[in-house]
Amino acid sequence: MSAPLIEIIGLSKAFPLRGGLFGGIRGDVKAVSDVSFSLAKGDVFGLAGESGSGKSTIARMIMGLTHPSAGAILLDGLDLTGLPLALARSKAVQMVFQNPGSSLNPRRSIGQSIAVPLEARKIARADVERGVARLLDMVQLPADFSTRYPHELSGGQKQRIAIARALAVEPQLIILDEPTSALDVSVQAKIIELLNELRRSLGLTYIFISHDLSLMRNFASRVGVLYLGRLVEEGPTRKLFEAPAHPYTRSLLAAVPVISAEEEAIKPKAPIVEGEIPSPMNQPPGCAFHTRCPLAFGLCDQQNPEAYWLDGDHFARCHLLAPDAASLGAKPIETLKRENAG
Amino acid sequence: MTGEPLLSVRGLSVDFSTYGRRSQVLRDVSLDVPAHRHVALVGESGCGKSVTMRTIMGILPTPPARIVCGQILFDGRDLLAMRPRERERLRGTAMSMVFQDPMTSLNPVFTIGDQMATILKYADRRLGRVRGRRGRMARIFEVLGQVRMPDPERIARSYPIMLSGGMRQRVLIAMALLSEPRLLIADEPGTALDVTTQAQILKLLKDLVEDRGLALLMITHNLGVVREAADYVYVMYAGSVVEHAPTADLFARPSHPYTHALIDCVPKLSGDTAFRGIDGSLPDYTAPPAGCRFSPRCVLATALCDRPPSDRPVSEGHLAACWHLAEAAP
Repeated sequence: MSAPLIEIIGLSKAFPLRGGLFGGIRGDVKAVSDVSFSLAKGDVFGLAGESGSGKSTIARMIMGLTHPSAGAILLDGLDLTGLPLALARSKAVQMVFQNPGSSLNPRRSIGQSIAVPLEARKIARADVERGVARLLDMVQLPADFSTRYPHELSGGQKQRIAIARALAVEPQLIILDEPTSALDVSVQAKIIELLNELRRSLGLTYIFISHDLSLMRNFASRVGVLYLGRLVEEGPTRKLFEAPAHPYTRSLLAAVPVISAEEEAIKPKAPIVEGEIPSPMNQPPGCAFHTRCPLAFGLCDQQNPEAYWLDGDHFARCHLLAPDAASLGAKPIETLKRENAG
Repeated sequence: MTGEPLLSVRGLSVDFSTYGRRSQVLRDVSLDVPAHRHVALVGESGCGKSVTMRTIMGILPTPPARIVCGQILFDGRDLLAMRPRERERLRGTAMSMVFQDPMTSLNPVFTIGDQMATILKYADRRLGRVRGRRGRMARIFEVLGQVRMPDPERIARSYPIMLSGGMRQRVLIAMALLSEPRLLIADEPGTALDVTTQAQILKLLKDLVEDRGLALLMITHNLGVVREAADYVYVMYAGSVVEHAPTADLFARPSHPYTHALIDCVPKLSGDTAFRGIDGSLPDYTAPPAGCRFSPRCVLATALCDRPPSDRPVSEGHLAACWHLAEAAP
């Protein structure tokens, strides 16, 4: 494997919690705790997790929209966290947002919207028009779309425009924040197809944020599962979906509604998890998932589990995976593996 | 399905007048929802599933909408032929609705208990029932318990902002259950929620249908949710029902080319998805195709498709409106 394009090391973000009579700081909300991952050029890294798990905060830190409390974000070896926000948000990283309707200015024509990032690159005015036409062509829209306005476009077309805008600065990395969750499946399929083509032809790297695990299985090359701001499991997509090791990943996969018996057969046989994700304001001690975990035992509310490597490139943070887990009163991991197998 | 269905929509067509033009939105929609059954109406945005639901509930603004023809039989009586007062009595009592968005369907400045009490007061008045404040609170706690809310007293005192998305969805279901309805219409239940919470909500709806004998009509765009939860499915495209079948049959043998294409678009957890999508877009409702409305996007379309197709049997209880059924079947 070549050197990673982007390396995230020990990234954390705590938001101060104000309150009381004088609005003093009462504590903090740990939105992201000690997240590390890296990805090579051309990879698609999927960040999965429920709402409140910290997916978007990680995206905002990589974009330079929020300063991390700790940790480093290395892009091609250069640490972005030390740079001023405006510079960090430079040409290398771009983002495509969830709601294509609200990320376009309704009073600007499509051509004007796409021209903004081109003008920001100080491209000669004469070349801007050609640039707009080229970008529209890249997202498979006819050139005459440049004179239209957002309200004349369908959701899928608006998302194509958002992608064209992201491509305008020739970024290396694009963060896709739920890019298709507002679209119908027949349109989603077309957008995913387009993103795949662009990745291949332009050598792009994506960080793909989604709560749709079925989509992630088909789009991402690696997946990280977040729970309350911590990466609880990470590995190559295939391994993670075929042999999920963390009880949270397993219950998440078990809850995915599927449309065929073949898919049903590969889902882990985990019960529906009770309750909801706890508030990040008062996180449970120990493993954050122990309050909902069907397999929790003595150690789980005491100590935050370290990462156990299942093989070279797949880890999970769960006490059940410790070599001496059985002696501490846990259900042996072999049972877990057998259940995974079906 | 045996016996007379509780809700039966027969040949419903609805037009809309917009800017002086007439949009032919629903065309000849028929569907049945028996008691003890969970029926799903599935389709993509703009297919007319919400218009169908609103017409059934009688909350469609007319004008701009106009019901061209059809019947909506509830317990054998045509809702469309009823006097408005009579229909008003049924709405929100014998039939009620679970709204889609748990974030915006609740009033932020009143407690859950206050909002539920208001609904119950209206329902009681319509049914000519007398119930005191204490009786109302008892009923509210009872219903909150039925939707498996821990500590109903505390929930009733809470404001919506104090509850999570999943709990607000449960509150909306509880509100719909207050008047002991026989038919529940749920608009995209749980789709705004995380998968684990969604699974809990679907389980709750399933139990309500099984234990309380409710007839449930669920409107959704999510085929996974349909397969997980519904007993019987109607697939809608551009204002028409194109295929309907018992859930297992529909997924085992999707027979209409649209159903086929739609199922192909859904990403598979097993990882073998070809992202082809469906070319083209929905027809212009002001000038829809005269025949099959899917024909402009259909790979199998021929001259035959210029005439409207009628339902043709695939198997027991499984019908599809397509002239090319034999070729469409796998």
